[in-house]
Formats: sequence, C-alpha cells, structure tokens
Amino acid sequence: MSTSRGLFFYRRLASPLHATRAGIGALWALAVSLAALVLDHPLALVALLLATLGAAAGAGVGHELRHALRTALIIVVPIVLVNVLVSRHGLTVFARLGDLGPFGQGDLTLEALVYGAVVGLKVTILILVATLASLAVDPDELLRIVRRLSFRSALTMTVAVRMIPLLAADSQRLAEARRTRPRGGPGDAGGRISLLAAILGGALDRATDVAATLELRGFATARRAPRAAHPWSRHDIAFGAAALALLALASAGAAVASFSAYPLVRMPLASTTLLLCLGLAAAVLLPFCDRRGIEP
Amino acid sequence: MSAPILTFENVTYRYPGVEQPALEEVSLQLWPGQFCVLAGLSGHGKSTLLRAACGLVPHFHGGRFAGRVALAGLSTREHGPARLGQLAGALFQDPETQLVTSTVRAELSIALESRGLGAAAVARGVEEVALALGIDSLLERATYELSGGEKQRVALGAALAGRPPLILLDEPISQLDPVVGDELVGLLRRLNQEWDTTILLAEHRLERCLTAADRVIALERGRVAHDGDPQTFLTWAARRAPALQTPGAKLFALAGLHPAPVGVRQARATLRARALLPEPGPAEPSARPRRERLRARPPAAALRMRGVWHELRGGPAILRGVTLRVRPGESVALMGRNGAGKSTLLRHAAALLEPTRGRIERSGRVALLLQNPGDYLIHERVAEEAAAHTLAAAGLAQLAQRHPRDLSAGERQRLAIAIVSGGEDDVEDDAAVLALDEPTRGMDREAKAELAAELRRRAGEGQAVIVATHDPEFAAACARRAMLLADGRVIADGTTAELLAGGWYFATETARILGAAGGALLPEEGAELLAARPPAEVAV
Repeated sequence: MSTSRGLFFYRRLASPLHATRAGIGALWALAVSLAALVLDHPLALVALLLATLGAAAGAGVGHELRHALRTALIIVVPIVLVNVLVSRHGLTVFARLGDLGPFGQGDLTLEALVYGAVVGLKVTILILVATLASLAVDPDELLRIVRRLSFRSALTMTVAVRMIPLLAADSQRLAEARRTRPRGGPGDAGGRISLLAAILGGALDRATDVAATLELRGFATARRAPRAAHPWSRHDIAFGAAALALLALASAGAAVASFSAYPLVRMPLASTTLLLCLGLAAAVLLPFCDRRGIEP
Repeated sequence: MSAPILTFENVTYRYPGVEQPALEEVSLQLWPGQFCVLAGLSGHGKSTLLRAACGLVPHFHGGRFAGRVALAGLSTREHGPARLGQLAGALFQDPETQLVTSTVRAELSIALESRGLGAAAVARGVEEVALALGIDSLLERATYELSGGEKQRVALGAALAGRPPLILLDEPISQLDPVVGDELVGLLRRLNQEWDTTILLAEHRLERCLTAADRVIALERGRVAHDGDPQTFLTWAARRAPALQTPGAKLFALAGLHPAPVGVRQARATLRARALLPEPGPAEPSARPRRERLRARPPAAALRMRGVWHELRGGPAILRGVTLRVRPGESVALMGRNGAGKSTLLRHAAALLEPTRGRIERSGRVALLLQNPGDYLIHERVAEEAAAHTLAAAGLAQLAQRHPRDLSAGERQRLAIAIVSGGEDDVEDDAAVLALDEPTRGMDREAKAELAAELRRRAGEGQAVIVATHDPEFAAACARRAMLLADGRVIADGTTAELLAGGWYFATETARILGAAGGALLPEEGAELLAARPPAEVAV
C-alpha cells in the first residue's frame, strides 16, 4: 500500500516515471506545474488536467490520484464559490441575492464563476502533479541532490520527510488504540483532543530519535555526496525532452491561447489553441508510451 | 595484546532532571572479537550503557556525566556520535525511528555516502550487506511498507554497512519470531567470528543468545553486578538474580543439578550423562487427535470464527478461512512467524476489521490490547484513563494521580489492560474476551511473570484470553491451549503441552532440553518430571 490515511508515499513501481532519475522526474513535474500556472485558457488547463490523470495511470498510481482529485475538490469548490460571491467584475448576472449588507449587492456573475473555475483548475492540477511527484519521484535521490547544494537544508528535509510517514503511522496506531477503548469509559472523554495532544507530544520524541539515528549514520560530518555516474536512460531523455517541450509550449501558449474572464468571458477557440492542447497532452503523456526497461 | 575497543572508566551518568543515576561507577573493557551480552532487568541501565558507548550519552541526551568512555581510543567527550558512528554501529529497540530514508537501498547507502565513498564503493557495500543479511530482495522496497522483522534487519544492515568494528544492539530480537531471531543471532555470531566484529547485545531472553556469547555483563541499578563468561553468569544469577536465570538454568537449579547449562545442547549432554534423559529416538505421536478433543468441549463459545478470510484489495489474503472457537475461561496462545496473520486475526476478533468472507460471533465485547501499551496512555493522569473501580481491580489505585508516562513498563501494561477491559463508569469489567497482541515486547522476566499471573487470574474468573506471542515461555506460562498460524491459516491447534513440547522453534527451552518428555514446558514442570524419574528407569 502506498497510502496511509490519505497520505501518499513513494514506492518503486514498474513505470517510466519511476525509472527516470529523480532530478529529471522532478523537472518534468515542475514543468507541468509551471504550464498550469502560466496558461489561463480553460481548454488548455483541461487538457493538462486530463493528461496528468493519464500520466498517473501510466505511472501505476491512478487510484491514488483519483483519491487526491477528491481531496482537491474539497479545496476547489470553496474557491469557486467564494469568487462567485465576492467578485464584482463580471457583467453577465445569473442570480441576484439582493442586498448583502457590507458585501453590497449579491449579484452572481457568469464571469466570476468561470474565473473561479479556472483558478480551481490550476489548483487541482498543482495538487495532482505534487501528488504524482511524491508517489513517483524518489525522495532519497532528490535529497542527495539537495545535499550537494545545501547540506543543512538536506538534513532538515530528511528529518521532515521521514517524520511524515512516522507520524502518520503513530496517529494510525493511536487512533486504533482509541477504537479498542470501551465506549463511555472515562478515558473516552475528550478523546480527539487528547489523541491530537498525544500525537504532537510524541512528535518531539520521534524527531529526536530520527535525528539521533542520522547523527550515528554520520550525517552531521558527511562529506559532499558523490555524484553518481549513471548513464542517461531512454526515460531520462524522454522526460527531459518533455519538460523542455512543456516549458516552450507554456511560453508560447500564454501568447497564443488568450483568455480573459472579465468584464465578459473571452475564450476564442482558434486552431492554435487546439494544437496547443494536443501539444500539452503529448508532452505529458508521450514519455509514458515507451515501457522498455522499467522494472523496479 | 590488542587495545580494548570500548572502555568505560568510573562512568556515572544522570539523565536531565533525574537524581537517580542511570549508570553508576561503571568500569569495563571490551576487547576486539568479543561477543558480549548485557543482562539486567528493565530500567537498570542497559540501554543507557549502549547509548554511552556510541556517544549519544551525553552528547544527545544531555544530563550529568562523570568518568570516561573511549571507543577505539577516541574519548566520547571529545568526539561526537557522528564520528563515533563510524566505529560503532547501533541498533536500538524501535526500528521505526532508525529508518531515515524511503527505500531500503537508500537506507543501506546513507552511512557509506556520509563517509564520502565513491558511487561504486557505495553500491558494492550495499550489495554485500544486503546479501549477508538476506535482504537483497527488499532493496527496492519502501521502508514504510516493511514488516517489523524486516525493518529490524534493514536497520541492522544500515548499522553494519560501514563495517564498524563494534556493533551495539538493544533487544534486537524482541520483535522477531523465533526463526528470524535465531537467524539474527547466528548472523551476529558469524560476523563476530569471520570479521572479528565485537558485539555488545542487551537482551531479556538470554536463552536465545547466551550460547553465542563468550561474556556476560549484568547490570543492577546502573552498576556492573557481574562480569564473566556465560557459565559463571548463570551460577551468579542462581544466587543473586534469579529473575535473570534462563529457563534451562532454572530447571537445573530446581532439580538440584549442576552446573547450570548455557544452552540446550549442554543441558541435554549433562542429563544424558546422568541417565536422566532418554536416548534420541523416533518422536512419539502427540496425544489425542484434534477432532476428538473438540467434540469433548461444551458448545458455549465466547468467540467463534467460521471460515474467516481477510483479502486485501489488489493484494494477498492475510487470513485464509480461519475457523476457531474459544470458550469462556479458556486461555489461548496464538503463535506463528512474523506476518502469519496473528495481529489481523485479533483485529477481526475485536471487530476492528470486517472479514471479506466468513462469520464471527461474540458472546460479548472483545477487549483488544494492541502491541504498544503506551498508545493507550493519552491523558495527563492515570485517574483520567480508566474508572476508579477498574484501577482498583488492577492494583493501580495508589497511582491514580501519577502521569501515565511515569509508570514502569509492567504498570503501564496493567493500566493498558485495565483501560481496554474496563467498561463504562458504573460497569465492572464487561469484556467476554481479552485479546493481547505481543504484550511482552521489551518486558523482563519479572514483568512477564506478573502479566502471566494476571491473565491466569482473568481466565480463572471466566474471561476468555487470547494472546498473540513469539515467546514460547510466556505462552506456556499463561495459556492452556495454543494455536499455530502460518500464511493466514491455523495449521495446528492443541494444548500448549502438545504444541510447545515437540518443536524446534515453537518450543520452550525446558521442552527442548527434555525432548518433549512428559509434556513439561516450564522449569517447574520439568524439575518435577526429573524428580519423579529415577535415572535407572529412564535410561535406555
């Protein structure tokens, strides 16, 4: 299992993304995220979203990403609702709520809804890409890269990365222990707060133990980590090229696929926009087509 | 003569805010190539000594430190754990906190990379240690998804990867089944003999490691109470610290035999020489067949499972058609290797999990005590954890105002049992079944004996008791029936005398010494058997 109460951890699977060196995998994920941030056209964002879900399926973590998608919706729906309620820039009113006191007239506009949905799409893609990267990019290899750049940051990151599954396991154990308490007993009172206090209280002990282990492994006196001389695999090259293509498409797309929500929604569907969508989907998905040499 | 690898000179150490010293005037020297076992009751300084040996005390824990500890000539006052870690690999009690990376391969490489070794040297070191420990198949696995036993071996591998001349181990086999535990001790012995690696190992179940050792240091209230070879240690323990005796030594002491045996082989040789043991022959068939015994039982059941399966989605089946019946007042020991399905079975019994197939019937509530009693202690005072009458019944009323974390290991265990078995404020202990998952982890013999007595008392009062354990001695002390699980199936079910008498691994030391004769499992039963058999009658 790669999940623990909704938290996602890396596990080596047979997929092109897992077979790619961590630096390139992270670069590819960063490129997808940047494209989501730079592009505004809803069609391009939808293409990116679908391609990301397809990439997750290609990486063997589709189930986890569907779970993450549900979590993202919990965040995105309020974003859209708040934008519809507070934005006053649109002209196409679809509902009038009357006088909302200090908030003025409650005129809900189509433009605010569309703009909220675009922001929601961007947030959803960022959540999905972050989840995909945490599941498919080896964090130890990434930490090794960071260690070459900044030792102290790597140390902090190592403790932090290790603490997440550790505390998740602790909270799972404590919650299970709580379930075995008889209902209505005195210890059952104030359960959730006591449970949280116990987890937080234990976190310090856990962090100390992990830090002690790192100390004994010589992390504090570590020399500069050796550079591993791995030959570039077909997957490294494919994901590296895809990352560069994504960055180029995002730069071009920002100019080509214009979109504005206010005061009226302007979303031209030119052939260039469709080509951009196809290009984005191809850049995200094509590296997953070559499945040679992906054994974990 | 070579220089000592580890030296303690008049070391006295107090943890921050504690007046009682954890170590007091400790002086000892450990020589290269020694296999030394550290014995002592819980809280008598074993773990502290190990932590002082690698510099975590005082560098990491603070406190007041007097005296001198030197590791391969390096004073721990002047060198920190990071430098000393290159000379001493350490494996402490909880493997969870000793895995600091996401994959096994990264875990094994980290110590080598920290030394600045090249990629080829790191890769070679990882492969070698993985092969030596039999964990090569785990190299690409995520550390969080390993079982407790696998985590223990990976943590040991990480400690060994840099080939340190000294290995410090704190109860490394407490979480392991007898098979893996024996493998681990065998491996340590091999490292000790082939690489001259010095081993310093703290352990409660001395019978598991004494035969591999050539020296035993016993600690009493932070002081070195005895330092000698295993044979002289057992002689000393018989007089001064009976709680540290191995079951074999206790058997001999009760039967009036000398010298106390260091292992099963020596014990059997002594008994055979005195014509107290039959010559080896074909094993006797066990008593009555299982079906006959089950038919003899009355139909009432506190817990009944019928064809219970637990199948993971997209994964293996953890339980495969388990059928069992436990009567009120019956005490059952659930045994089997790590991953056999014991914990899952108990979770089903307590309705924490739903079977994917099959049925479970309970005559009342099933109280389940999970592996770590500390997980139940989430309030600031003992009184807040359980009702007053429950605390009184558990003999904890006088500790009601204490913080639960300040209790001893035995008291915590009793409190945790009181918590899970206690009912609502105005209701007495209402559980029909008390189930315990590995309750003796990290416990010394005194605490285990107390717990076994408590479980026998509960069974005597009509509560059904089910204990999942790796400890055959504890199983024999607290249960009358034993079940062996393998690969999610019950492969044997009988009285403890039948099940724990004839095996190699799932057998008590007394049973292994006496070769299942008379079904004796505990030293007291074995001594009675020896006393009742004149040598001439037994000899073949």
